[in-house]
Amino acid sequence: MTAATTLPQFPWLSLLIGLPLAGALLCLLHRRSRQECRWLALATTLATLAICIGLFVACRHGDGPWLLREDAAWIPRFGIRYTLGLDGLSLLLTLLTAGLHVVAVLLAWPEQRRLPQFLALLLVLESGLMGVFLAVDLVLFYLFWEVMLLPMLFLIGIWGGENRRRAAVRFFLYTLAGSLAMLVAMIALYLLHGAQSGSYSFALADLLQTRLPLTQEYLLFGGFMLAFAIKAPLVPFHTWQPDALSEAPANGAVDVTGLLLKTGIYGMIRFAFPLFPNATRDALPLLAALALVGLFHAAWSAYRQDDVKRILAYSSISHLGLVLLGLAAWNTTAWQGSVLLMVTHGIVTGALFAVVAMLRSRTGTRNLNELGGLWGAAPQLSACFLFFALASLGLPGLANFAGEILVLLGTFRSQPLWALLALPGLVFTAAYLLRLVQGTLWGPAPAARAAIPDLTVREWLVLLPLIVLTVWLGLAPAPLLAPLAAVGGLP
Amino acid sequence: MYDKLWLIPFFPLVGSIINGLFGKRFIRNEAAIGAIGTGAVFLSFLVSCSCFFTLLNDPVKVHQQVVASWMTVGQLQVDWGFLLDPLSALMIMVVTGVGSLIHLYSIGYMHGEEGFYRFFCYLNLFVCAMLMLVLGNNALVMFIGWEGVGLCSYLLIGYYFEKKSAGDAAKKAFVVNRVGDFGFLVGLFTIFWTLGSQHGVWTLNFVEISENAHLLGFGGTVVTVATLCFFLGATGKSAQIPLYTWLPDAMEGPTPVSALIHAATMVTAGVYMIGRMNVLFAMSPTTMTVVALIGAFTAIVAASIGFAQNDIKRVLAYSTVSQLGFMFMAMGVGAFTAGIFHLMTHAFFKACLFLGSGSVIHAMHHALHHAHLDDDPQDMRNMGGLKKYMPITWATFGISCIAIAGIPPLAGFFSKDEILWWTFGSTRGNLLVWGIGAITAGMTAFYMFRCFFMTFHGEQRTHKKAKDHVHESPWVITVPLMVLAFLAVVGGFVGVPAALGGHNQIHHYFEPVFGHAQEVYKIGIKEALEHSHAAEYGLMGLSIAIAVIGIGIAFTMYLKRPELPGRFTARFSQLHRWVYNKWFVDEAYDVLFVNSTKKFATFCWKGFDVKVVDGVVNGTGKLVNVLSTALRYTQSGLLHNYALTMVLGTVVMVAIFLLQ
Repeated sequence: MTAATTLPQFPWLSLLIGLPLAGALLCLLHRRSRQECRWLALATTLATLAICIGLFVACRHGDGPWLLREDAAWIPRFGIRYTLGLDGLSLLLTLLTAGLHVVAVLLAWPEQRRLPQFLALLLVLESGLMGVFLAVDLVLFYLFWEVMLLPMLFLIGIWGGENRRRAAVRFFLYTLAGSLAMLVAMIALYLLHGAQSGSYSFALADLLQTRLPLTQEYLLFGGFMLAFAIKAPLVPFHTWQPDALSEAPANGAVDVTGLLLKTGIYGMIRFAFPLFPNATRDALPLLAALALVGLFHAAWSAYRQDDVKRILAYSSISHLGLVLLGLAAWNTTAWQGSVLLMVTHGIVTGALFAVVAMLRSRTGTRNLNELGGLWGAAPQLSACFLFFALASLGLPGLANFAGEILVLLGTFRSQPLWALLALPGLVFTAAYLLRLVQGTLWGPAPAARAAIPDLTVREWLVLLPLIVLTVWLGLAPAPLLAPLAAVGGLP
Repeated sequence: MYDKLWLIPFFPLVGSIINGLFGKRFIRNEAAIGAIGTGAVFLSFLVSCSCFFTLLNDPVKVHQQVVASWMTVGQLQVDWGFLLDPLSALMIMVVTGVGSLIHLYSIGYMHGEEGFYRFFCYLNLFVCAMLMLVLGNNALVMFIGWEGVGLCSYLLIGYYFEKKSAGDAAKKAFVVNRVGDFGFLVGLFTIFWTLGSQHGVWTLNFVEISENAHLLGFGGTVVTVATLCFFLGATGKSAQIPLYTWLPDAMEGPTPVSALIHAATMVTAGVYMIGRMNVLFAMSPTTMTVVALIGAFTAIVAASIGFAQNDIKRVLAYSTVSQLGFMFMAMGVGAFTAGIFHLMTHAFFKACLFLGSGSVIHAMHHALHHAHLDDDPQDMRNMGGLKKYMPITWATFGISCIAIAGIPPLAGFFSKDEILWWTFGSTRGNLLVWGIGAITAGMTAFYMFRCFFMTFHGEQRTHKKAKDHVHESPWVITVPLMVLAFLAVVGGFVGVPAALGGHNQIHHYFEPVFGHAQEVYKIGIKEALEHSHAAEYGLMGLSIAIAVIGIGIAFTMYLKRPELPGRFTARFSQLHRWVYNKWFVDEAYDVLFVNSTKKFATFCWKGFDVKVVDGVVNGTGKLVNVLSTALRYTQSGLLHNYALTMVLGTVVMVAIFLLQ
């Protein structure tokens, strides 16, 4: 592999997982000094981001399906290996994870309650997410999949809003149900593959060779997809998500919640689709239908919410509907658009949640009926809010547009009807986002509101890179598309 | 010179960024902000002039500049590219020329506004987006501009953000335009994939699309569907039936915005787009007929609404919708040159009218403010007799009214007459369209002069306390008015028809753009009419007569016998009610689309999410609760339950597979 040779031999991928974990431990050890913890966490996330960027620069033009790979025996008795692999897809998602965690730590700066633990959990979550995006052994993947569940549960359950208990329990039960289904399907696949080939293995590469009767394929595909569909989330498995996102602590955690959702789509692309190609092929229309239902259902639901965070939560569901539609369309253009949209949506929605956190800390409310007139009081904050809202509604020239247009264009090619059905979604997306803008920024300011300070330097530090990225990816998305061309196993 | 094309949208972009970032905190000085904004557009105008005149003397008429690659996926390759041909060259002249004047005007008009910097930031950004739209060499760059102008229009309509009506109007404009965008995108997709997968031409580039359009087949389904979709996009941006309802509401924005965006430039984007894709449209007679008919109906419906409005800006807004209808009539009968010609002359006289109305509103506002009255400064019923206070505004407004009414030799006469001539005599002509066009021309003359007389002549109805505070506006306002009025007088001379001894230069100028399609698809004046000027003279006389009659009626009703309008409304009260309320189209849309969608949205959330999904989930939860109460005796704690379930599940699964 030419690309990897430019990089010193080192278990870079393990480092991506280990570094945040080590940072988390250090945070817990230093929990006496909040200031130290902050800088420690920031340093950790920045270092992780630096590694990711380094990997991106060094490896993005690799010619094989895997840009980097690490492999070691782990539990040989069950054919379980410690295998990590980095390809164009995981490259982008690790990059997104690392980037958003820097944002999250910066946002968590003013958090008052149990800051060290809070930061430690954020870092554990980062570690888990990295693992999910890198593991190519099913057991290892499952391990990380569960690892990322727990920190999120605690983040919501301890630091969350008023209804945090309910949200946490729901989040846990839903995800658990999905995980169990996936676990069962995994073990069944392991046994079937073992019986077929004589060698029992959990390695993705081995399992890909399994030939299954169609019924079994359907069942196992269903098991995997249930887990991923709940995480994504697909309508009708989505009602945990608005609760979780609106209750997740505003200071940082909510950005990362967005990342959690990406694991669902990632799981489909990495595992469910390649492992069960026949079932996938047959299920594409169903997926497309669910995607369309999700796109509209969530957009309409978003229109009726008064809680700013719930609007954004539904907006996420709606956007992921479009991502899934691109996958279901099953051609290169749409598929690359989906991945691109997934990444840019992570950035844009992360930024929106960050702005809402800043808004909330100033006004003490997230209710549209109690907001308004922000532009007169804090024009910088308002301009940022407007900017990201416009990016989110797919304004050409900003980040989301390229992904959206590729998804729609690609879908139109293989399934014109699906694209025609999806396109009016643009109208409703504009409707709910502009309602959000009008409700927060415009109109008269509430009489009782005290003066609002505008953005601080720390907040600008958070938002400015995101603004630059949003513009840059809108004008030149090519760097993100390039690594995707070589990703194996898909159209 | 052609490698400097990128500078044209670049200057306003820079101006916008400078004013946006530093205007409030660092520059603060109105004169400086205004100078930056106006200067940026003026620089673009200079570059545009240089490009325009270079092109005029250049035998090669199509030039492209690719600045960078945007994205490449599969067969899709999109560049940041610009295209200069006679069509885009004329458009950039209009956009930057009229744009500069309106920027200059805004310095005076917006004086003292708190958001002065914000206004110039948006206005410059608008000019940048409009220039991208016009100069883009492929459909996606055009779409960037297309959405970009929509965005700026949204921001500027909502400029007075504390007013709820402004926010609502802005939102309405954006959402309605998105409906049109749906059409634009479907059209684009259709053309791209059909040309690509069936004919191997993978392109979004306009020049390549035009060159290969013939592969799609004359009158074929694909080309008809695609052009109809594009036209849907055009109806959104250019406020035609069925998507015109946003434009009158858009008058919530400051008046210079109405002049620049909602009269002279942005709303003509749909007409420009058809001009840009004239080959595709020429290939589908069905679409052309639809375009012509929609244009005609929009023209007459909007004109009828214009009869009964009392808000001076609303009259002008409906007049704009109506005049845009004329341009679409032209495009629909294959008179592409006439359509763009009218676009240009309309930009002059309508911008002048809007700016004139702004001058009046500005004066009225100050007078009423001075007298502590809260009468509506835009309501013509509070005006009258303003001539003696505002002679320059009066004169320029009057000239523009004569121009729009179609009285020779002012600009509007030549362009409108050319359109009517083509609707009558073109091979794609249509007598119904001609008839509607001719009637509408008369209606236009009537309601424009109604507006003129009500504002400037007759008895002064302004409250007597405010009366003497009305003053003529400062030079930054009157100079643009005079320049535009001058253009409204002479702008038509580039298109004097041969029948009147002219050379119709504009026709030759556009030959490289439209000539091909017109020749190949046999679009032109019917042979029987081509060589005799008799018919042309006849029609010309008729349209002048109609205009004069319109003006005459307005004169009688609003100057000679001012009691007549009241008698009419009393006599035809039902009709008046319908016209006054804009035929209740907004209300119908609200019932049909807006409210039903809102209701359904509520159902989605409260009905489906809360009742169905959560109901099932909570039911399951209760079930689990019951079960776990039982399990609690053997296990303690969530994690253990989890492990147990894992094991149980595995056992069950394995058992199933072993038993198979």
